[in-house]
Amino acid sequence: MIQTILIILISVVMLVMAFVAIYHKNLQVAVIASGIISLFASVAYIFLAAPDVAITEASIGSVLTVAIFFYVLNKIRHEDIKK
Amino acid sequence: MKILKNSLLLVVIGYMAWMMFNLYKDYDSRTALNDTASYYAEIGPDETGAANLVTSVVVTYRGLDTLGEVTILFLTAAIIGLLLRTEKGSRLVPLRASSEFLITAARVLIPMITLIGVYIFINGHLTPGGGFQGGAVLASTFILLLISISNKKLGHRVLEFTEAISGFSFVLIGILGIILASGFLDNHILPLGKFGTLFSAGAIPVIYSLIGLKVGAELSTIILEFNQIQGKEDEVS
Repeated sequence: MIQTILIILISVVMLVMAFVAIYHKNLQVAVIASGIISLFASVAYIFLAAPDVAITEASIGSVLTVAIFFYVLNKIRHEDIKK
Repeated sequence: MKILKNSLLLVVIGYMAWMMFNLYKDYDSRTALNDTASYYAEIGPDETGAANLVTSVVVTYRGLDTLGEVTILFLTAAIIGLLLRTEKGSRLVPLRASSEFLITAARVLIPMITLIGVYIFINGHLTPGGGFQGGAVLASTFILLLISISNKKLGHRVLEFTEAISGFSFVLIGILGIILASGFLDNHILPLGKFGTLFSAGAIPVIYSLIGLKVGAELSTIILEFNQIQGKEDEVS
């Protein structure tokens, strides 16, 4: 029962973060929101008894992807300032 | 025109929802494993000696697929390196120095996270996780290293060397399996050992450690490529 409630809570947080990632004006906030989706997805995978998928999701989805997005965002901002 | 577009979108989404609902309506969970899965679950532990069934499938039964995945990752890293190549004459703009908090925290955290990553891929045949997961954790350590030493230059050499050696050894162990055991990537080239201990399951720990090193080196190379374009500005554009 507690597990079901927790999974529903996690799903609600993921949905809210997905909308933030799409509609927020500030791109940095949007990228961080997409990282939070992955973080909560990895918790959900642990509840669904898939710990190795959870490790992958936590390290690739919420660290590597966010880092690459920030590198690209930084590069784009520099190009904008120059023009 | 906009109304037409929106109503079309609504129709498509409605159709998708109806399709998914039909899938959900007819769904009833299986009570027994299917033939392939029950074969792996019953015979797998005795045949491969790995306590983690997922690992015995990924490294031994479907080892060729794993080789393909590692190859795809290598191609991705190579293509990103090709696309992000910068000219020699580009000018380097110094980045802002990292804060003291970040540097100190990185000094404490980097060894620990590296240890966790190595633990994950060495114990791949016993606990959840394995080469890919451990490699991804190693690459996240590498990000921490890069953002804590923002202005130092790092060479590609060690990463390239690790990647090449581990990929070569992976294929070599696979070919040794043809010669010494019953097929490509067979893990019986080393003794199976006692079930559930670190040195068990034949060649699986060795293969998974090599995969872990290779994946870690490839993902780190991708991150390093992205990091190296940060301070550079092309003169032409």
